Amino acid sequence: MRGDRKLFDGLSFRVTAGQALAVEGANGAGKTSLLRMIAGFLAPAAGRIVLKSAEGESAEAEERGKSIGWLGHQDGLKPQLTVREQLDFFAHLHGRKADANALERVGLARQAELPCRYLSAGQRRRLALARLLVSERPVWLLDEPFAALDTAGQGLIAQLMARHCGHGGIIIAATHDPLGLGNESLKL
Amino acid sequence: MQFLFRYANPHNFMRLSGAVLPFTAIGAALALIAGLYLSFSVPPDYQQGRTVTIFFIHVPAATMAMGTYIAIALCSLLSLVWRHPLSDTAARAAAPLGAMFTALGLITGALWGKPMWGTYWVWDARLTSFLLLLFIYFGYMALWSAIEDEAKAARAAAILALVGAVNIPIIKYSVDWWNTLHQGSTVTAFKMAAVYYPPFFTMLLAYSLLFATLWMIRIRTAIVERRARNLMQGAAA
Amino acid sequence: MNPFGTLLLRDLKLAARSGGGAALALSFFALVATLVPLGVGADLKLLARVAGGILWVAAVLSALLSLDRLFQGDFEDGSLEVIALSPLALEMTALAKIMAHWLSTGLPLTLLSPVLALLFNLDVAPTVTLFLSLLIGTPAVSAVGAIGASLTLSLKRGGLILPLIILPLLAPAVIFGAGAVRLVLDGMGSGSALGLLAAFSFGAVLLSPFAAAASVRLNLGG
Repeated sequence: MRGDRKLFDGLSFRVTAGQALAVEGANGAGKTSLLRMIAGFLAPAAGRIVLKSAEGESAEAEERGKSIGWLGHQDGLKPQLTVREQLDFFAHLHGRKADANALERVGLARQAELPCRYLSAGQRRRLALARLLVSERPVWLLDEPFAALDTAGQGLIAQLMARHCGHGGIIIAATHDPLGLGNESLKL
Repeated sequence: MQFLFRYANPHNFMRLSGAVLPFTAIGAALALIAGLYLSFSVPPDYQQGRTVTIFFIHVPAATMAMGTYIAIALCSLLSLVWRHPLSDTAARAAAPLGAMFTALGLITGALWGKPMWGTYWVWDARLTSFLLLLFIYFGYMALWSAIEDEAKAARAAAILALVGAVNIPIIKYSVDWWNTLHQGSTVTAFKMAAVYYPPFFTMLLAYSLLFATLWMIRIRTAIVERRARNLMQGAAA
Repeated sequence: MNPFGTLLLRDLKLAARSGGGAALALSFFALVATLVPLGVGADLKLLARVAGGILWVAAVLSALLSLDRLFQGDFEDGSLEVIALSPLALEMTALAKIMAHWLSTGLPLTLLSPVLALLFNLDVAPTVTLFLSLLIGTPAVSAVGAIGASLTLSLKRGGLILPLIILPLLAPAVIFGAGAVRLVLDGMGSGSALGLLAAFSFGAVLLSPFAAAASVRLNLGG
């Protein structure tokens, strides 16, 4: 619901392990709102969002949130922290060990000691991707993952996404561009 | 709870309040006329003299100021816990009325203070508490109007109202404590002689009916306003 | 390190690295304390008499300066979404932020207060009481402030409405805090006042994370 306007009335879909789903639609169609609902930030006016795993079923937003890796419009970086500090923060916040490899995997190894304020938009996005890697969540919700990335960056993210699906992860991405994963797509 | 909910959807509320409104309005007017007449015709108090009349305007206002906040807090609880749509509207509609009663209590308190204490304002425990209550009303109303998304504003205001509900008794207690510490003015309470009961309770009734009337009118206005807005939005699309 | 400590440490780091950290609040605190004698005159007896109240009010106002950013920075740059999805409950997030705010503002203000008390001609005993009362009471300022900060976090000009919302709620802290100093000046024990202040502070720190978390949740929904 936006105002009194109904968004995605009667929408139903399922994504299984190892699958990616591209959510497509014009601006204002509700792509971001859908991702925010799955993440549990936004409560749906009607209907259910269920996450099934080996441990069981959870329809609770709080429960669901614990399985989600989130890449929103913003990268969630602090200008005052260095790249390494920022990544360690994300890792520790998720109860994981700091992982120096993650920076290498997103091509930021040389920038490790650089404060985030000096990163370019593309580098910021790469650091946000590294956050997804260290948080080790099975479900990735990506809002415009290709935004601000150059060709090399887009190649990198495609590779990371393919790897994530290959390991049985789930990806739901709001995007204008094809994901290139042989995925299904949902038009809003 | 079920009973409450049945009358709390906007449609039923419009019907019910439309039927009740004329009675409360006329009742309020009659009680106010009678109460004022009684207030001015009682014999002067042996201590306060003629100023006892102010008391009949002051004390019910103070009572209503507190009562209105309790109403807002209850509405907020309904809204937060049971997601009840009309209770937000009701809470918001009550706030300016509560602020008005609080201000009336403060002004009449000051007017009463001039002959009694020789000055308009003394930092008496009750007046000080009510001054803080007035600011709490202002903050609550400011939050409502500051947040543009109405649903969001409603929930934020409800949280604030409940925080205030927990804190107000503590504020009241702390101000009383502070008052004894500073050995401020004499206590304002006085033992009410039986002869003063009729005007006092008539005025209390008048204030309650007036509040009920104005509250319903404000809620009705808010509902109609929202309907009109929806219609206009629909027309634009 | 556990998520709670991680967030607490990061917030302290951010406070230290941005805008001079506590220096801003401390300067403001000292400035207000300097302006008061300029306003009311340099009568040392009078200054000692009002020191407790003035310094308490000044401390609350100083702590207020940085409060509106408590959640707002994380909200604007998207960190708050990441934190909300982390294993750390939002209630604990709020508590970590309250503690970080107190450590970076309330505690430094408390440490500075004896120096300012000196300027106000306050004796040793009431100065100790003032110090203790600020130590006990400023956590309540951060805690109640966190509620206000979370309620106004989506507002561009939240800093304007925040004081209006939380200052009336902080009246008990000022009353008990300054009252404790007053009791000592009048040659009485301050135990009762400090006890009441501790109770208020404890209650505020215990309960406000729930209110703050509820309103953060509400703002994430937008």
